[in-house]
Amino acid sequence: MEHWSPTTIIDESPPPPSVAVRLARDPKVACAGGFILFLIVLAIAAPLIAPKDPLAQDLLMTTVPPAGFADAAPGFLLGTDGLGRDVLSRVIFGTRVSLTVAFVAAGLACLIGSLLGLLAGFFGHFVDTLISRLVDIWMAFPPVLLSILLVALLGTGLHSVIIAIVVIDWTRFCRVVRTETMGQAQMDYVVAARTIGFARPAILFREILPNVVPVLIALLTLEMGIAVVVEAILSFVGLSVSSDTPTWGGMVAEGRQIVHEAWWVLAAPLVALFATVVAFNQLGDGLARSLDPVLRR
Amino acid sequence: MTAPRLSIEALSAISLRDGDRPILRRVTLAVGTGEVHGLVGESGAGKSTIAKAVLGIIPSQVKVTGGRIDFEGRDLLALSAAASRDVLGRDIALVPQDPSTALNPSRRIDAQMTDGLRLKRGLSMKDARLRARALLEEVQIRDPDRVLVSYPHQLSGGMRQRVLIAAAFGLEPKLVIADEPTTALDVTVQKQILRLIRSLQERHGTSVLFVSHDLGVVAKICDRVTVLYMGKVVEQGATADVLGAPHHAYTKALLAANPRYDRPDTGLEPTPPDVIAALRAEIAAFDANAGTGARHG
Repeated sequence: MEHWSPTTIIDESPPPPSVAVRLARDPKVACAGGFILFLIVLAIAAPLIAPKDPLAQDLLMTTVPPAGFADAAPGFLLGTDGLGRDVLSRVIFGTRVSLTVAFVAAGLACLIGSLLGLLAGFFGHFVDTLISRLVDIWMAFPPVLLSILLVALLGTGLHSVIIAIVVIDWTRFCRVVRTETMGQAQMDYVVAARTIGFARPAILFREILPNVVPVLIALLTLEMGIAVVVEAILSFVGLSVSSDTPTWGGMVAEGRQIVHEAWWVLAAPLVALFATVVAFNQLGDGLARSLDPVLRR
Repeated sequence: MTAPRLSIEALSAISLRDGDRPILRRVTLAVGTGEVHGLVGESGAGKSTIAKAVLGIIPSQVKVTGGRIDFEGRDLLALSAAASRDVLGRDIALVPQDPSTALNPSRRIDAQMTDGLRLKRGLSMKDARLRARALLEEVQIRDPDRVLVSYPHQLSGGMRQRVLIAAAFGLEPKLVIADEPTTALDVTVQKQILRLIRSLQERHGTSVLFVSHDLGVVAKICDRVTVLYMGKVVEQGATADVLGAPHHAYTKALLAANPRYDRPDTGLEPTPPDVIAALRAEIAAFDANAGTGARHG
């Protein structure tokens, strides 16, 4: 046998920064994440932050324009609506419904959809056929009609909105996760795990799932944006929570009727909606990049 | 040589995709305790199929039609899925071909190395990590602490192969299947890896089934060698005998096809057509005789 000497291995890269550090360095994640954190704080502390009671009407102070415009009244930074309610306070309270729906509905849809997608992609054969056909049939229903139908059946309320969004959007996760899982299941590292004697569920959740997570997170944040919009649509047509809870969609509906006298009643919730959805999308994009072990460096 | 650790007897297999074409023709070979047994042949000769059969990861389009794979008195082909999972990793481990795909890109090295140690050696997380660190030192990795917290893409190909070798031998198996472990590496690294496998194998008394298409590599590391052509054993014996004084025309042709760095003007002869014709006739005669097993199913 040949004699062998120790070899020097050259240190090629500095120690990898932790996930948190890498995320904070990504400008997209930092900005979008910061904005969403800000919204979360607004939603939780709404009663402390909002300058007025969002439901308090003042019929002597209707359609007061925002601060800085002619006829503006002190104390109403974003003006008042047709019933004299403070627009700023209503926008702040509106974050509560929007964020609840974003996190709960998107989270549940993600959980159900990706679990089914993992099973379909990993086990293949009849499991895949069963789940994939179900998704195909499901996706044939027009989503907005389906959600309106569902809410009509379940009755209005936050839980119905959440159920409607989950029922419609789990298929999105299922499809993407299934394809991703199928690709990962072919990889050598999966075979390597089998040769150590790992059982199939262990391989699915320990080996494959971590490689699906970056796509999943991107999709989840995107879905949060979509959930915010769907909730706004349902509020707009009066099928979300009851009208004594301020929602952005509800405000848009009210603002639409008086847009010629008081454009700000429409504009304020629209800007809030727009910024929130953009933030969720950008966050998803940035997270996908930072969490992918191969793309990041 | 005492009783062999692994003994393959008359193993036959067909490809279901390809019109039931035989891919293994009554292959018989034995790997003794502490022996490195080379399995050589051109691509498609059935080397990998034998390795996969031992590991119980035969692809679905391949069907074993006959024979036994005896490992310490048990027929691996007859084991239940659970019994096979138990043997794998504990008694038999794999050093895979391509170190760039055989490690999970999303998991750190420590997680991947401790998996098997915890499952198969019953170590606690803490002990498994200490053991993994010691194993990395044993494969001449200078900065094991950095490597442990690295992701695979942060390591070079040679480093990754060392990690995989450390993981395989670290389970203290009785048999290691090395499936072309140096093919994806450049020549200088190849040499280090071969020495490493040999020294680990000698120290632990491990038997190795070494799959390769490279006679130069086989000559360096193997005690005994089996030459395959189209799934049939062409020649078998001690490495020095087979490669030093080959009996079969095909083995001679394979040796002639090997590059000679000392004599660059000679060598690189393709296998002569008459040798191929003789081999094919031999195989046709074999298939006609032993029609059972080979062209069955």
